[in-house]
Amino acid sequence: MNSKKESDSGGKLKQGELPRIGVLAIQGDYAAHAEALAACGAEPVEVRNPEELEGLDGLILPGGESTTMLKFLGMRHFFDVLKTYCSTHPVFGTCAGAILLAREVRNPAQRSLGVLDAVVERNAYGRQIDSTILTAKTELDGGPLEMVFIRAPRIVAVGAGVEVLARREGSPALVRQGHTMAATFHPELSSDRRVHRAFVQIVASAVQP
Amino acid sequence: MAENSGNKDLAGTTLRLKVGLAEMLKGGVIMDVMNVEQARIAEESGATSVMALERVPAMIRAEGGVARMAKPSLIKQIIQAVSIPVMAKARIGHFAEAQILQELGVDFIDESEVLTPADEAHHIDKHAFTTPFVCGARNLGEALRRIAEGAAMIRTKGEAGTGDVVHAVQHMRQITREMRILTVLTEQELYAAAKEHQAPYELIRMVAQTGKLPVPNFSAGGIATPADAALMMQLGAEAIFVGSGIFMKERATPLDVENDPKEREEAVSRAKAIVMATTHFNDPKILAEVSEQVTGTMKGLAAAGLDESQLLQTRGW
Repeated sequence: MNSKKESDSGGKLKQGELPRIGVLAIQGDYAAHAEALAACGAEPVEVRNPEELEGLDGLILPGGESTTMLKFLGMRHFFDVLKTYCSTHPVFGTCAGAILLAREVRNPAQRSLGVLDAVVERNAYGRQIDSTILTAKTELDGGPLEMVFIRAPRIVAVGAGVEVLARREGSPALVRQGHTMAATFHPELSSDRRVHRAFVQIVASAVQP
Repeated sequence: MAENSGNKDLAGTTLRLKVGLAEMLKGGVIMDVMNVEQARIAEESGATSVMALERVPAMIRAEGGVARMAKPSLIKQIIQAVSIPVMAKARIGHFAEAQILQELGVDFIDESEVLTPADEAHHIDKHAFTTPFVCGARNLGEALRRIAEGAAMIRTKGEAGTGDVVHAVQHMRQITREMRILTVLTEQELYAAAKEHQAPYELIRMVAQTGKLPVPNFSAGGIATPADAALMMQLGAEAIFVGSGIFMKERATPLDVENDPKEREEAVSRAKAIVMATTHFNDPKILAEVSEQVTGTMKGLAAAGLDESQLLQTRGW
């Protein structure tokens, strides 16, 4: 806000300075995430190239088509740079983003970053006609959470280190493992900002331990 | 399950889900495909969605005849073959075709001027469907009429099947200019604006307040090269539809992607380049690189040379 942050990531934020959080902007609803971040006191930065990750305090992998995103990650060592970034910085994936973060992807099997100890099944609930908005209880403060599911994936298994913050019919829908968060739904499409606020807090505490 | 009732409120559950899927397609490329192999090439090349149809616009234009919804068997095969969303076209006003497409599990229905219109006065009541619809528009009034009928995505019409981007540009500029004008009008003036645009006052007012359409605004109709895609994105398109630009060789002859490895390679190079250009639309260095990688381009048809009666964009009311 008032002063520019040193470009090196992991540096401490100065008084009044906003955490700079990247949004992978290859394709998808990255603009909705940027809006949500700005509303939660972070500065959103669009990321289309691997070198643009430098200096960012955290990253969001948005909803969209994971197969399209993987095409781009397959070029210019983007995949490896992103994998390293995600294992050392706070990162939050929604829908396609959650698929990219998983340890294993099914239906069909595809490459993933493997930074979240979870197995994710793509298009697990059917096609667009089966998309739905549900409300479920959550570990986040403030009562039940609206969850917008669009051609949603399902988390079919999680490791012991993964905390489940909300569920859809028993399956984890919002999870956290250390500084990594993932949702099989789209909090960026709801007016409730609690999920983004929780992620911004993870980022803020990572830069200001 | 999503509710099935015709919810006409923009904040209603059904419409939120419809627009939600359109949001997921932003920044990407939706490719027309006529068979399973083309659908696979599209997915491999990074398309966010495929549009299943029997003949691409360039062929419809050349061959004539009545252009209808694609055969259910073709649509089913394509749904089976790819993991990305599958769209299909219904004729303007042909709600029975749309009912069939919804039943088949198509993710988005394009009520399209590329097919032969089935109704010369009425478009489909899109609120009556759970499946989202995309519709073409040449100006703001047309876009808002389609949104009033329940469209969850608008695309410029351009002039499909020509490979000439001039009308896509014209329509995008027109829509964005008309939206900008609304933002500086007074509240009083908005009533007359609604009358001029022949669009519902509530939607006119919404655009006046936000400066944009209440649903995503994509571009289609004549986009044939990576530079065309970048041009439309810089003009304000939120994603790109490519029809005949990827799989056509001569005017009405598709590349033989099933039997000729060289022609398959050519289609892949075009598809990949347009996908890259749509994401990196503001990066001339990358645009130059990807443009260089393209082998061959659809020959195309100058839209200025078309007779009024040959235009597809004038269909729809």
